[in-house]
Amino acid sequence: MNRTGAKRKNILLMQGNEAIVEGALAAGCRFFAGYPITPASEISEGMSIRLPQMDGTFIQMEDEIASIGAVIGASLAGVKSMTATSGPGFSLMQENIGFACMAEVPCVIVNVMRGGPSTGLPTHPSQGDVMQARWGTHGDHPIIVLAVSTVRDSFEITVEAFNLSEKYRVPVIILSDEAVAHTRETVTMPSPEEIKIIDRIKPEMPPEWYIPYEVTSTGVPPMAVFGEGYPYHITGLSHDVRGFPTQRPDETDELIRRLYRKITQGFHEIQKIKSFMMGDAEIAVIAYGSVTRSARQAVLDVRQLGIRAGLLQLVTLFPFPRESVETVLNQCRAVLVPEMNLGQISREVKRVNQKDTRVTTYNRVDGQLITPEEIYSQLIQMK
Amino acid sequence: MPEEITRLTHKYLRHDKKFPHIWCPGCGNGIVLGSLIRAIDRSGLHKDDVVLVSGIGCSGRMTVYADFNTLHTTHGRALTFATGIKLAKNSLHVIVIMGDGDATAIGGNHFIHAARRNMDLTAIIINNQIYGMTGGQQSPTTPYGSMTTTTPYGHIENAFSISELAMVAGASFVGRGTVFHVQLLDSLIERAIQKKGFSVVEILSNCHVQFGRRNKMGSPVKMMKWFQEHAVTMQKAKQMNTEDLEGNVTIGVLTDSDKPSYLEKYQLVQEQAKASLKK
Ligand SMILES: Cc1ncc(C[n+]2csc(CCOP(=O)(O)OP(=O)(O)O)c2C)c(N)n1
Ligand code: SF4
Repeated sequence: MNRTGAKRKNILLMQGNEAIVEGALAAGCRFFAGYPITPASEISEGMSIRLPQMDGTFIQMEDEIASIGAVIGASLAGVKSMTATSGPGFSLMQENIGFACMAEVPCVIVNVMRGGPSTGLPTHPSQGDVMQARWGTHGDHPIIVLAVSTVRDSFEITVEAFNLSEKYRVPVIILSDEAVAHTRETVTMPSPEEIKIIDRIKPEMPPEWYIPYEVTSTGVPPMAVFGEGYPYHITGLSHDVRGFPTQRPDETDELIRRLYRKITQGFHEIQKIKSFMMGDAEIAVIAYGSVTRSARQAVLDVRQLGIRAGLLQLVTLFPFPRESVETVLNQCRAVLVPEMNLGQISREVKRVNQKDTRVTTYNRVDGQLITPEEIYSQLIQMK
Repeated sequence: MPEEITRLTHKYLRHDKKFPHIWCPGCGNGIVLGSLIRAIDRSGLHKDDVVLVSGIGCSGRMTVYADFNTLHTTHGRALTFATGIKLAKNSLHVIVIMGDGDATAIGGNHFIHAARRNMDLTAIIINNQIYGMTGGQQSPTTPYGSMTTTTPYGHIENAFSISELAMVAGASFVGRGTVFHVQLLDSLIERAIQKKGFSVVEILSNCHVQFGRRNKMGSPVKMMKWFQEHAVTMQKAKQMNTEDLEGNVTIGVLTDSDKPSYLEKYQLVQEQAKASLKK
């Protein structure tokens, strides 16, 4: 870890990738399996140093499929677990991510986005994997996707990702990008007492009463750990409340709907957004990831001209923060959605736009960041 | 020993839950399940300290029936899940059940790397030389010339030898048996479970329905006869020349060595890492 320039002990200069490592460790992550890929490799490297110092385990697996498999296994054995990759590796992980959704295994998957498709632009940022993060694995499935925009975010949101994953027993995807991953910023690290940590709920009833996939009021059943006296069966097949394979339509329907319901019921807690100068805004930028940094600057700059602009930063991308976006669409005349892809979140914004508010898109897919000037000139045209 | 069978059945099978099983009458998978249970019982392991992990295939369904911590993973990936379990909780005994397609086609990469690492797992591979569950397509262990649903003109590829693959890749214990030689099988599995590092038991098994039927061995009895006539013990094989061995399979312990396992080495890494913090 780079600790140069730290005046007080808890102010550190670090990269986004390093902040993800620290965030994960602070959240209680003690297992990491990964496969090297630019621009995510520093997360593996950091974990390989830090985890064994804390009696945790790092392992470099033979590929990304193996990495996510090992992460799911470790989580089932009761240890908070994470993997990190970029586009090509993220594609390989999809089948097992679906397993984690179906069997309700908490785990965190970091995707430091780079230009795609295919090998694409390994060393340039992109936001091209947003829809893959939501729909990458097959079948109807709920999932949580969070986006980081700064180094500080990378720390905090990683902690949050573990908390949500444990609480809802669902894989959480963190989308970072090459720009955030490799930018160095100073971060004031919170002390351990300041960090809120949530652990999965374990069964407390006598083992013979334990029903592993019981329908509970929250939709989240308590999760037993291997070797703690609650042996049960876990499968990616459609299963009944006891975890055994079923093809019965009623049991299958109940399962898939419960997987959705647990996320819908937690929606208000899961939905995370940050508003900037939205109070009196007439036009708004809706952005996420590293684009929000340019958007903030652009909003400040156009305000100098008397244009009442604001910014809605989406931290949670999925479940899509519909309510907050609707509020902005109702409040504003026009909305700009700048993205480093050809329009993935803008499509979601348009989907929830019931009022015919003008939604303008601004897209780059050349591996370059969207600058404050570009957003500034878009906003001027919208005034 | 009917009482013994009743005791084992009651102790280790989820008999009140998910039977009857899905396997065809006479399938070798049931024999392997019996052997596995006897071996675990003889090893004296506590049921809750055992995690049985399986891939996808007919063989993969074994985890439903046995009353341990059981995990039915994705096709080919069982060893990766098992690796995570073992590294996260060292006290668990992790036993992985795979089919030949599961372990050596889609999961071939994981298999050789688990062996290379000498990961502390026991891999039991039910080699029925075919894809049973999906309806009799060729697998990496299908013998040259065989008929399968995807080799309608006869198979033109050479087969993997799973045991030899495991040996050269670095497994510390490799044994091969058949579903005909059940006592040998019991002891191979028991030894594999007790071994530290990566232990492999390859079991030649009958899928008379998908493999046998298309290759002049349409009943379990015919396939058993084949195993009986073509399996040669290691002792006997040593006295035979290569020509006589042609077309036969050797059974018994193929390798048994004591080299440091992955976990032993990683524990040293942890100590080293903690010591570096104190400096
Ligand atoms: C990714 C993926 N590809 C294909 C399948 C379909 N599939 C299920 S079982 C199987 C092969 C089974 O053969 P084997 O592993 O030898 O086990 P057996 O059924 O003979 O016990 C295949 C190809 C799958 N489930 N997942
Ligand atoms: S198809 Fe073959 S492997 Fe599968 S249950 Fe039937 S006999 Fe056994």
